[in-house]
Amino acid sequence: MLSYLIQRILIMIPTLFAISIITFVIIQLPPGDYLSTYIAELQSQGENVDIAKIEALRAQYGLDKSMIEQYWFWVFGLLQGDLGFSFEYQLPVSEVVGDRLLLTLILNFTTILFIWLVSFPIGIYSATHQYSWGDYGLTFIGFIGLATPNFLLALVLLYFANVWFGTSIGGLMDPFYIDQPWSFAKILSILEHLWVPVVVIGTSGTASMIRRLRANMLDELQKQYVITAKAKGLHPLKALIKYPLRTSLNPFIADIGNMLPQIISGSAIVSMVLSLPTTGPMLISALQSQDMYLAGSFLIFLAMLTVIGMFLSDLALAWLDPRIRLGGGASK
Amino acid sequence: MSNTHFVNKNHFDPNKEESLTPEQERYYLATQWQLMWWKLKRHRLAMVSGGILAFMYFSVIIAELLAPYTLTSRNTDFIYAPPQELHIFHEGSFVGPFVYGLKYQLNMKTLKREYTENTGIIHPVRFFCSGDSYQFWGLFNSSFHIFCPAKNGMLFLLGTDRLGRDVLSRIVYGTRISLTVGLIGIIFSFLIGITIGGLAGYYGGWIDNLTQRTIEVIRSFPELPLWMALSASLPITWSPILIYFGITLILGMLDWTGLARAVRSKLLSLREEDFAQAAQLMGAKPRRVIARHLLPSFTSHLIASATLSIPSMILGETALSFLGLGLRPPITSWGVLLTEAQNINAVELYPWIMTPVIPVIIVVLAFNFFGDGLRDAADPYR
Repeated sequence: MLSYLIQRILIMIPTLFAISIITFVIIQLPPGDYLSTYIAELQSQGENVDIAKIEALRAQYGLDKSMIEQYWFWVFGLLQGDLGFSFEYQLPVSEVVGDRLLLTLILNFTTILFIWLVSFPIGIYSATHQYSWGDYGLTFIGFIGLATPNFLLALVLLYFANVWFGTSIGGLMDPFYIDQPWSFAKILSILEHLWVPVVVIGTSGTASMIRRLRANMLDELQKQYVITAKAKGLHPLKALIKYPLRTSLNPFIADIGNMLPQIISGSAIVSMVLSLPTTGPMLISALQSQDMYLAGSFLIFLAMLTVIGMFLSDLALAWLDPRIRLGGGASK
Repeated sequence: MSNTHFVNKNHFDPNKEESLTPEQERYYLATQWQLMWWKLKRHRLAMVSGGILAFMYFSVIIAELLAPYTLTSRNTDFIYAPPQELHIFHEGSFVGPFVYGLKYQLNMKTLKREYTENTGIIHPVRFFCSGDSYQFWGLFNSSFHIFCPAKNGMLFLLGTDRLGRDVLSRIVYGTRISLTVGLIGIIFSFLIGITIGGLAGYYGGWIDNLTQRTIEVIRSFPELPLWMALSASLPITWSPILIYFGITLILGMLDWTGLARAVRSKLLSLREEDFAQAAQLMGAKPRRVIARHLLPSFTSHLIASATLSIPSMILGETALSFLGLGLRPPITSWGVLLTEAQNINAVELYPWIMTPVIPVIIVVLAFNFFGDGLRDAADPYR
C-alpha cells in the first residue's frame, strides 16, 4: 500500500508540472498583454499615455522578460505560495481571491455528497424494480437532467426558490452576511442558498451515476450466488445488501474521480449565472481583461482540485476493494 | 483383417444435409453494414431519434424557406410579444390555421408591455407564399417561404424578443450553426483521435507512453474553464466566420482523447492478428496496414461512440456562447439566442425567450438515444 501511495504521488508531480505549462501557455495565448489592453483603454478615453511610465510598469511586472523566464518566475512563486499580482485589482492575487477558493471547495464537495446521497437509493430502486414505472420515470428525469443546459436550469430553479422560499437572488449567502464574520446564522444562510447550485450541478452527474449503479447491480443480481442465497432462505433485504450491493459499489468511488472535471466545469458556469462568490465569475472576467496571473491561479487551482480528487478516489478504491491488486505482476 | 473402408461414390451435397432457407442465406451473406442496419431497425427509439435528427439536419439546408421571417426582420410595434395561439375555428366556423391580432397596451403601473388577443382581427397563415426576402445561403435572392404571416399581419408562434424579432425564425436559423458546430467539431476530433490513437496503438513503446500521459493531463483539466480560456484567446479582430471555425476547433481539440484511447486499445490487440501480420509481411506500409486493414474492423464502433460525443459539443457551444465567450452576433446559434435569457427578469416576464432550450434538449436526447442504438447495433455480441 505504501509503495502504491508513493508511486501514485510520484506520477502526480509530472502531471502537475505539465498542467502548469499548459496553463501558462493558455494565459499567454491572447495577443498583447495586460498593459497593452490598459494602454488601449486609456487611449480610447482620450488620455495621454506616458511611455516611460508604461515601460517602468512593464519592467516592474517582468513583462519585458522572455517567456521562459516569466514562466519560471511564476512557478517558483506558486511553489512558495505566492500566486502573483493581479493587474486589474492592483493587489496580490491571494488577497483578491480571498474566500473564493474555500467556497469553491465547499460547493464542489457538497455537490459530490449530493450525488452520492441521491443516486445511491435511486440506483438500488431502479435495479430491483427493473422496467417498473418508477424505473422508467426516474430514468426519464435523469435524461432530462443530462440534456438541459446547466445554466438555464440554474436560472429557473433560482426563480422558483425566490418565489417559493423567498431566497435572495444570486450569491451564496444573504447580502446581509457578506462582510460579517463566520457565525451560525451565516452558515445557515449559506446552506439555504447552496442547494440551488448543488442540485443544478449535481443533476447530470447523478443521472450517469444512477445508470452505472443500476447496470452493475443488474449484473450482480443475476449471478448464482444471489440465487443460492435466496434459495437458502436468506432474508431478501439481506440477500441484497450484504453481497450484491457491496460488489456494485465500485462506481461510487471510482467514478467520482472521473466525474470531477465535469463537476468542476459545471460549478464554474453555474456560479457565473448565479453570481456565486466562487472562482467561476472572477475567472471569466480575468480571462476577458487578460489579468493573466489571476486567471492562471484559478485555472491551476481548478486543475489541481481535479488531480488531487482523482488521486484520493484512486486511493479509496484501492483501500476498499479487495479485488484490486496493487503493484501489478499478478496478471500478464 | 482386410483393411478396407467404405467411401460413398456419390457426390456429396452439403446443402442436402443442412439446407439454408433464403432468409438464412441472406443473413449469412450480408455485409457488416447491412447487419448493423437490420439490428438498428429493430431499435425503435433509436430509429425515431434518427428520424428527428434527419429532419433537423434537413432544416439546416432549407432554414431560409422554413422560417416565416428572416433572421433580422424586426417588428418594432411588437416588442416582447408573447407566443400567439394557433386557431383553426373562428366562432365555430372553419377558417384554417390563423392567429388573432394583438392589442398592445403599456401598463402604466408596472411599465410592462401587455398584449391581449383581439378576436376581431384574423390573420390567416399563408402557405407556399412570398414573404420577407432573403439570400439563400448568401447565393441568390428569393422571398419564397413554406409558410408566412398574413399580408400586413403577423405570426409569432413563439413570441418576439427585445427587438421585436420572431423567436421561432431565429431558432430555425440557429439550428444551422448549432448543429454544424457539433458535426465539424467531431470531424476534427475524429481525425486527431484516429491519427494519435492509431500511432500509439500501432507502434506502442515510448510513443504510446507519451500519448497516454498527454491524454491523462488533458483529461484532468476541467473542460469548460479550458474551453473558456482558449476561446477568450481568439482575437477580437477575427470575423464571425473565423471565430465559428475557431470555436469548433477548440471543441474538437479537447474531445479527441476518448476516441484516441478507444482506437489505441483496439489496435493493440488487432495488430497481433494473422491478417495484420500477413499484410505487414507482404510489405504494406504502416499507414496502409492501419487504414486499410485494421481500422475497418471497428469503424462502426468508432462512429457510434463519436455520435455519443456530439451532444457534449453542442452543449459546450451553447454554454460558451451564453457566457459571451463563444459565437457572437450576427452569427446566431441557440446559445447566442439564450444570452438574451441571461437574467432572472427573462424567466419571470418573458419566459418564451428561453424556448431555444427546447431544441437543445431534443437534439441532445436524440443524439444520445441514436448513439446508444448505433452502439448496440455495431456490437457483434448482442
